[in-house]
Amino acid sequence: MEIKEKLEKLLTEQFPGTSFEITEFRDEVTLKFNRSVVVPVCEFLKNNSELEYNQCVDVTAIDWAKKKNRFTVVYHLFSIKNKNRLRVSCDLEEHEPHINTVSSVWKSANWYERETWDMYGIKFDGHPDLRRMYMSEEFEYHPLRKEYPLMGIPGDQPLPKK
Amino acid sequence: MERLTKDDVHPSIVKALLDQETNVTFEDALENEMILNMGPQHPATHGVLRVLLRLDGETVVAAVPELGYLHRGYEKMAENMSYYEYLPHTDRLDYIAPPANNTAFSLAVEKLYGIEAPPRAQWIRMIMSELSRMTSHLVAIGALAMDVGALTVFLWALREREKILNTYDIICGARFTTSYTRIGGVAADMPDEAVRMIKEFLDQFDDKLEEMENMLNTNRIFVERLEGVGVMSREDAISLGATGPTLRGSGVEHDIRRASPYMYYDQVDFNIPVYNEGDSLARYFVRVDELRESVKIIYQCLDRMPKGDIMANSPKKVLPRKTEIYTKMEELIHDFMIINFGVKPPVGEVYHSVENPKGELGFYIVSKGEGHPWKMKIKSPSFSNLQTLGHLVKGHMISDVVAIIGSIDPVMGEADK
Repeated sequence: MEIKEKLEKLLTEQFPGTSFEITEFRDEVTLKFNRSVVVPVCEFLKNNSELEYNQCVDVTAIDWAKKKNRFTVVYHLFSIKNKNRLRVSCDLEEHEPHINTVSSVWKSANWYERETWDMYGIKFDGHPDLRRMYMSEEFEYHPLRKEYPLMGIPGDQPLPKK
Repeated sequence: MERLTKDDVHPSIVKALLDQETNVTFEDALENEMILNMGPQHPATHGVLRVLLRLDGETVVAAVPELGYLHRGYEKMAENMSYYEYLPHTDRLDYIAPPANNTAFSLAVEKLYGIEAPPRAQWIRMIMSELSRMTSHLVAIGALAMDVGALTVFLWALREREKILNTYDIICGARFTTSYTRIGGVAADMPDEAVRMIKEFLDQFDDKLEEMENMLNTNRIFVERLEGVGVMSREDAISLGATGPTLRGSGVEHDIRRASPYMYYDQVDFNIPVYNEGDSLARYFVRVDELRESVKIIYQCLDRMPKGDIMANSPKKVLPRKTEIYTKMEELIHDFMIINFGVKPPVGEVYHSVENPKGELGFYIVSKGEGHPWKMKIKSPSFSNLQTLGHLVKGHMISDVVAIIGSIDPVMGEADK
């Protein structure tokens, strides 16, 4: 597909030392790379005049429940000018997963990253306001992690006094 | 009003509100400023939205929306049930427009399975999506008018919505939680009576909409309460992630139906209303115009809807009809397998989004080849739109906060998931 080759060409020109993995499934392009370059690559994807992914539609994570590269952070981007989508993903380790924030690139990532922190416990370094999104601040767990049971843990949420 | 204590407001929220490291606790008086807690139980917050306002006199200096009062963990639940079981839960996301959510979810799963619903089912889905867009916008307009003090229009809008709900009743057998689509088609064919009812409704709708417009557009109080209130520039709207009418009210011509057409939206003729002002009034105008466009689309759908099947012919992936299950062995086996073990899609990940009344509703499904999703993420438009609230209310009065929340029209069932 045309966009796949264009991405590969532009990215290898701009970031010679980094390896990019571009896959396609059901006409959707996924770009995967090392987490250390997430901010410069995202800035490039947003500001390059040929790509112009100016809308960050969503940020989320996947818990693969395995030892190596347990988490994957996923960003969904959309270019209003070119009318195409791109999925960007980075693998993270299980122990204290963290990645640099992209809320400086797209303001909308602010809440999406907060939600990901709340649900998966992934720290976004440099995030201006990394609070929990849905759960209360006193809550100790991250509910969308696979080890958190569906039924919840009894007593994990303080109930109002009678 | 009960006095808030520091147990009610977590220090981190106070920090976010004051936008700096601070030792101030909630009980301390700020010098000239005050912190006001609005919601979650407040009639004008459209559900259980809680907003903390930092006020200088009556002017809002900063606002921090707090979400999660309606968090039911739908993403966690999705990981523990089959794709078919999850469908009724999509009704409860944007509960003002359930058929649109059903359609969005079905399209996402069909994309993963690699099947497509037959043409008649797709046209019916389009009619249902547009009808639900109309119900949603009618409620939005009515509630916005009520928020700024015009109660009559709310009653008129709900009267029109009632007529659509009556057609839902004929088509789906339910008025609110429709669960109408199935993966690979729709649950039941649209009867001729429903077609007649929809036509009857559309024929008289233009007059009724004009009536509502006459009531509002020339109403000085309504216009002055909204004009120039909650202004968002084009650039801010894109970068803050606004979507749907909120984005188009800020002059961005972006609509998923046009940008990446799904179903047969590329074959029908409709306009995308765009207003450049970016204020609450512009968002109201976008909704009114979209009502007209929806009417246009439904007329075209009714004309072009062919006769034929309503479920895809793919026995291993699509639930068979009840009558066939009771009479044929093959169908009984398929039904048993699909109900008990789910349909096993290929390994992979898909994201499919549609233009819902509130904006872009997307489902991101990660499959490991099992009968249930490994992960499902709902990208909800109300959540994205609420993120702009803190930006919109800055510098306005408390009473304007109500008007601005009404104009971005969040539904908390969707924002909190």
